[in-house]
Amino acid sequence: MPQHETGGAPGTPAHEVRDFLRRRSEEIAQRWADEPLFRTVFTVSREEAVEAGRAVVDALARVADSQRVEDPDAAGFTAVREQLARMGAARSRAGLSTTQVASELAALRPPVDKLLVADLERERPESLRECSTALTVLMGTLRLVAMQTALSEIQALTDRQRLQLLEVATPVIKLWDGIVAVPLIGTLDSARSQVVMETLLNAVVDQHARFAILDITGVPTVDSLVAQHLMKTVAAVRLMGAECVVSGIRPAIAQTIVHLGLDLGTVRTRAGLADALAHCLDELGANIVAAAPGGADRK
Amino acid sequence: MDTAAGVGTRLPIRSDMDLVWVRQHVRQAAAELGFSLVDQTKLVTAASELARNTLVHGGGGEMEASHVAAGGNRGLRLTFSDTGPGIDDLDRALSDGYTSGGGLGMGLGGARRLVHEFTVETAPGSGTSVRVTSWVSRPPRPREDV
Amino acid sequence: MNEAFSHPVAGQVPVLRLGDVLLVTLQGDLHDSMAHRLQQDISETIVRSGVTGVVIDISGVEMVDSFLGRVLAEIAAQSALLAARTVVAGMRPAVAITLVELGLTLPGLRTALTTEAALESLARPVAGPRSGGGRGESP
Repeated sequence: MPQHETGGAPGTPAHEVRDFLRRRSEEIAQRWADEPLFRTVFTVSREEAVEAGRAVVDALARVADSQRVEDPDAAGFTAVREQLARMGAARSRAGLSTTQVASELAALRPPVDKLLVADLERERPESLRECSTALTVLMGTLRLVAMQTALSEIQALTDRQRLQLLEVATPVIKLWDGIVAVPLIGTLDSARSQVVMETLLNAVVDQHARFAILDITGVPTVDSLVAQHLMKTVAAVRLMGAECVVSGIRPAIAQTIVHLGLDLGTVRTRAGLADALAHCLDELGANIVAAAPGGADRK
Repeated sequence: MDTAAGVGTRLPIRSDMDLVWVRQHVRQAAAELGFSLVDQTKLVTAASELARNTLVHGGGGEMEASHVAAGGNRGLRLTFSDTGPGIDDLDRALSDGYTSGGGLGMGLGGARRLVHEFTVETAPGSGTSVRVTSWVSRPPRPREDV
Repeated sequence: MNEAFSHPVAGQVPVLRLGDVLLVTLQGDLHDSMAHRLQQDISETIVRSGVTGVVIDISGVEMVDSFLGRVLAEIAAQSALLAARTVVAGMRPAVAITLVELGLTLPGLRTALTTEAALESLARPVAGPRSGGGRGESP
């Protein structure tokens, strides 16, 4: 332990707290095991909860040892970060709000405080006050670390879900051998058009598609940014060796495009998805003819 | 650890063989950080443009690559520096179609569109330093094929 | 004439002749000098062999920057002057996205999904109605 010798005088409040935590580790862990935060998360046995409590006390003692009681990045916390994240996540899953989890974390302090007072009663009053303050700061930092960890888990979950939502909102449909289509519904922002482009291009490769249809019937408005995204997608599809057709340009959108002075001149457009499909089939050389009169049943 | 900067790696840019090393190094570093394939390709392409600028216009120089982290997000920062003549009209150099070398005039402006952060420090006669940063903006996607 | 023969043009870039078509396969990371040499060698080979088409397979290429983009465009332009049509085949999605973001849409370049599709499109008459990426070939 390199930090062993580097700490201040042995009597600093942080080191008093460290010695106290090491001395009382077992009692603190026992008391915490009865708190909801530990009791409800570690349900296999009481010993499991006590074990988890000991790990946290040990981490706190390390942080106190390094004199960094106010630093949530202190190395001492590393060992329990994952455990704290799991505890926070379990409580969130149980339906607790972030505030409720925070107050459960706050509830860990009073039992420790009581033990500290009992231990240091006979010390000078200002020494007790300093140690108590150091402990309060340390417990506050623990709360911060736990909340930080929990929040970054939530953030990661949100990111994953947002991505999943984007992918769900971008289905690629194979309309014919060599023809794929993406019906776009809702607003197109940068993140979404990125996903649309990637999804469409991957589909072109996977399906050996010669034609890709972007149907924007369900897109409420087309501004210059959206138009730019459409043109980029069209250009990328062409670079890969397929042709992109944009369909579903409603009259209002056509007007906007003209109004904005946007040049979609190089983009092949069709009024509806059916027209687009007909165009692609024609280019592929597939002919669709009406069924012979009376020939209702096909073989 | 959530520290701000990792260890930097320096690569010389003196020949077109060095451009290949730069691209390979950036590709590997981006892949290890968890960049998606598209984001890897964008960053490698930007690095290629900037390294070529360093070689062709700056008379050679070096690239420094380092890991960065902020708010739980990780990224890769690349700094291309040379001691060449510098750029006297930066705005013009950043506009599309401007070229003083043999490219399509997409070098600086194009590279800027491929990264998240882009800064240039330059003065006539005292070299150019271009710093770009890209972040692993999305979690690596678990891609199951249908 | 049916027999395909390959000879090492420009270092490691394999060039294969299939009838009237020259098949060039780019792979991995290309040095600038190699790309330049390839550009020259393709022109010389067209003149020497009288092929009418060039297919450049870039399915093994992980990155196309503005330099390589320009080389591809110039190969196409030079070949056109020598009465050979050029098709670039097999560009990967990530490469296409990056090129477009970079601002390079290479409008004059004919493209195809695969080498087979490229050979097929070269087999069709020049002014074929469904030339895929054939737009932009006019001056």
